[in-house]
Amino acid sequence: MAMTRRITKIFGVTALLVLGGCGAKDDAPATKGGPVSLRRLTEPEYRQIVADVFGTTIKVPGRFEPDIRENGLIAVGTARESVAGAGFEQYDLTARGIADQVVDETHRTSLIPCKPALASARDDSCAAQFLSRAGRLLYRRPMTEGELSTQVKDAGDSADKLGDFYAGLSNSLAGMLVSPQFLFREEVAEADPDAVGQKRLDAYSKAERLSFFLWDSAPDTALLDAAQKGELESDSGLRRQVDRMIASPRLSAGVRAFFSDMLGFDGFAALAKDPQIYPKYNSEVSADAQEQTLRTLTDLLVTHDGDYRDIFTTRKTFLNRLLGSIYGVPVAARTGWEPHEYPPNDPRAGILMQISFLSLHSHPGRSSPTIRGKALREIFLCQKVPDPPGNVNFNLVNDTKNPAFHTARSRLTAHITQDSCAGCHRIMDPVGLAMENFDSAGGFRTTENDAPIITSGEIDGATFDDASGFVRAVHDLPAAPLCFVNRLYSYGAGRPAAKGEAEWLNFQEKQFASTGYKVPELMRRIATSKAFYRVSTPGTEAGQPNTKLSLAGTAIPTETGK
Amino acid sequence: MSAIANASRRTVLRGMMGGAAVTLGLPLLDCFLNANGTAMAATGAPLPVVFGTWFWGCGLNPGRWEPKTVGANYDMNIETAALQPYKSRINVISGMKVFLDGKGAKPHFTGEMAILTGDVPRETPNYASLDSIVADQIGTKTRFRSLEITGTGKPTDSLSRRSASVLNPAEISPAALYTRVFGPDFRDPNAADFKPDPRIMVRRSVLSGVTDQREALLRQVGSNDRVRLDEYFTAVRQLEQQLDLQLQKPAPLAACSSPAQPADAEIGTEIDNVVANHKLFAQILAHAAACDQTHVFNVVFGEATSPLRRAGSAMTHHILTHEEPMDDKLGYQPQATYFMGRIMESLAFYLQTLDSIKEGDGTLLDRTMLLAHSETGFAKIHALENIPMFIAGGAGGRIKTGLHVEATGEPVTRVGFTIQQALGVPVENWGTQSLNTSKPIGEIMI
Repeated sequence: MAMTRRITKIFGVTALLVLGGCGAKDDAPATKGGPVSLRRLTEPEYRQIVADVFGTTIKVPGRFEPDIRENGLIAVGTARESVAGAGFEQYDLTARGIADQVVDETHRTSLIPCKPALASARDDSCAAQFLSRAGRLLYRRPMTEGELSTQVKDAGDSADKLGDFYAGLSNSLAGMLVSPQFLFREEVAEADPDAVGQKRLDAYSKAERLSFFLWDSAPDTALLDAAQKGELESDSGLRRQVDRMIASPRLSAGVRAFFSDMLGFDGFAALAKDPQIYPKYNSEVSADAQEQTLRTLTDLLVTHDGDYRDIFTTRKTFLNRLLGSIYGVPVAARTGWEPHEYPPNDPRAGILMQISFLSLHSHPGRSSPTIRGKALREIFLCQKVPDPPGNVNFNLVNDTKNPAFHTARSRLTAHITQDSCAGCHRIMDPVGLAMENFDSAGGFRTTENDAPIITSGEIDGATFDDASGFVRAVHDLPAAPLCFVNRLYSYGAGRPAAKGEAEWLNFQEKQFASTGYKVPELMRRIATSKAFYRVSTPGTEAGQPNTKLSLAGTAIPTETGK
Repeated sequence: MSAIANASRRTVLRGMMGGAAVTLGLPLLDCFLNANGTAMAATGAPLPVVFGTWFWGCGLNPGRWEPKTVGANYDMNIETAALQPYKSRINVISGMKVFLDGKGAKPHFTGEMAILTGDVPRETPNYASLDSIVADQIGTKTRFRSLEITGTGKPTDSLSRRSASVLNPAEISPAALYTRVFGPDFRDPNAADFKPDPRIMVRRSVLSGVTDQREALLRQVGSNDRVRLDEYFTAVRQLEQQLDLQLQKPAPLAACSSPAQPADAEIGTEIDNVVANHKLFAQILAHAAACDQTHVFNVVFGEATSPLRRAGSAMTHHILTHEEPMDDKLGYQPQATYFMGRIMESLAFYLQTLDSIKEGDGTLLDRTMLLAHSETGFAKIHALENIPMFIAGGAGGRIKTGLHVEATGEPVTRVGFTIQQALGVPVENWGTQSLNTSKPIGEIMI
């Protein structure tokens, strides 16, 4: 019992257990929505929009401001982000790099719909044609007259000053690419004519939310047209767009983006392994490891419309030569990826036993059952593990008189025998120890320092003997699919689920379960729901379930210096 | 900066767009120096003060770094021996403590937050960092409000933040920092000729177009988002300011020269690699200050959960502080302590680099105030008391130096408060709850 007390459940998990026996209603429960958000574009979103609008041959130079992760997602953190001076410098460099390519001789004929009367001077009408078209896609709505006239004037004045129409146009476009209209996804609320006193997102904000949710990019022309014609306000019009987008091959990009965020793949940017201990591990391996996991997921969930819970147990994956050499699996294809299926009871089943998860959640020179256990709880079960207390006496973990700690299990014994540590470590370490057959770089091993590794254990009441038993236990944890529904919704909405949305989320989880845990169907339900676009009104704002508050209630007293 | 001031500057610049003649109506910056390069020629005022932070993770060993004597004429202890040549220009501050007020301690995070933001956050930071407060006072007229670097490879390991939501990301590559400061956009103050670049004029004008929308856009959003959008516009304003400076002929600076351009270096956590990159960073940052490109810099030698490691070792500095057994004879953890030695040598190198830039009778170190500190008093137990802190450099004569100040469990915020007062920030007290203080460290104040 101490164990469950120590875990802060994210909102909804407990409620599900209570509501589990109730019959499902036909219609989803009503919600009061949450606040509109102002989200900074992430680097992948930025890159994807540039590719969509100007083509994939345009390089996006420079580096991006780091993102903040909040409530388990960068998608939520982006609604807290702004831009620092140094970050804006970078946006400016990147914008000028892109704009110069767009107008260069290679691209101007295909990207600029007109030719200037004189290449060495301003041509406001040609500039306006190009800028209004690009602006609608970049700003995710038509430009206002004022916006357009400013940009046209900038292009013209610059062209005159520099004696070059294209240089002027480039300068103006660069200005648009650093504008807040482009860099921030600003949502706008309007009164909902179908619900007195309530608010919803306006048509363009709706299109934007939909498009980033399903495709991880800005709305395309068809979606913007639908928004402009008011089609997204009717159930059938919205449904038509959602169906079109879910049927598109671009859904995979959206699913990949979601999982990259949920799995914390941004962490790979700064991940390094000690090359003397893990000579095979390098940045190519870490890139391929992410690709392997994303291929496994999209193949299972999108291509085969499979059961979400099988991500923990699937024996099917994809390998290339490089990864094959680490997994010890022969790969016939010289280049590229080929499907691979592990035999039953192989310890490699599921994405937890892939290099991406194992290496990301380890120290540079060795594995960490604690970090892995914490990652599994936080990422897949939406459970927050409290911080360790201050002034911990680590002498107890490192009994210097007993140097015979060969395995992590023996080293970590002190964690769960010492009261102040046990509360939390008991929920992390046993879970992580189940993955100890894999070292920091994801390589398989049966011993550590010549002592055999034992991977049996228990997670939330389910016992297991080995790694394959462990992943089956995770597969069956009721917290996993509910966590997923919650994360996916929160990813799309750009905020944690609000208090008033708990019942709705529980309803969605039941629907998810009754339709075989199919992810595209869940995305369709969210994308066509009223709840997804509902905006809370000031005063009735329900607020969010505050994990921080409940965390404070479970935290261990941590006063130092006593 | 008021909206009206912005508008008038813009009007001037917009006017420039039309005519060919370049007559700048902008106020010139106060950086004309006298002949020997020690002071502004126009006013006789001394060269501006420079503020910096220099952070390392996982502290030092208690009892092995604090000087044995208090007050003046102290000697450095064993672990700080590398700093001995600079002792007359360093104040060692021991015995400072973080008060939690019942909030949880987040290991390796709480300490740095308390020292730099005056607050113990429950989750994420709540306030701007000390260097931003100082930069708003002393750094508003330079090309860069501040420059941040980190030695261990993650841009997010910066400890400099403009606000709760805006982190100033750190440069991780010396070559990238060089290009940013001394690349094509650098205007050498000692160059013979100067011609404003029309490409910069048009860029400046386009940014004015962005800024012009500020009021309208701020009106559209809710209050939290308004703060964030305003931070965005502050960032735009900083770039505008950079471009303004590039459109003016800079005043000559005797001590200014470009540092050597570093090659692309490997970035990582292996200690020799980190030390080598730190040397390159130190050179670039010192030259940037000498060339008046910035008045504020922030160095993270290694992040708080110190990832420093020796090649081939499974254990990082941080893991060693927790898991390496205490050597009974030595009384400390020898492998973890190895890293502390390398860190203190690097701090000494940093001071040496500042001191190597001669400006008239003094050096850049004389007009710099450097706060060097860690985040814990004893990493093994994440102790939040007796955190090692040093104030180095003469701060342009604004403080006394060469003292060991021994506090007895007083709030760490006294150090940040002292720095703010010494550097002219109009502040009466600083810090939240038990960390609030209105007591500067009297011993070092002038």
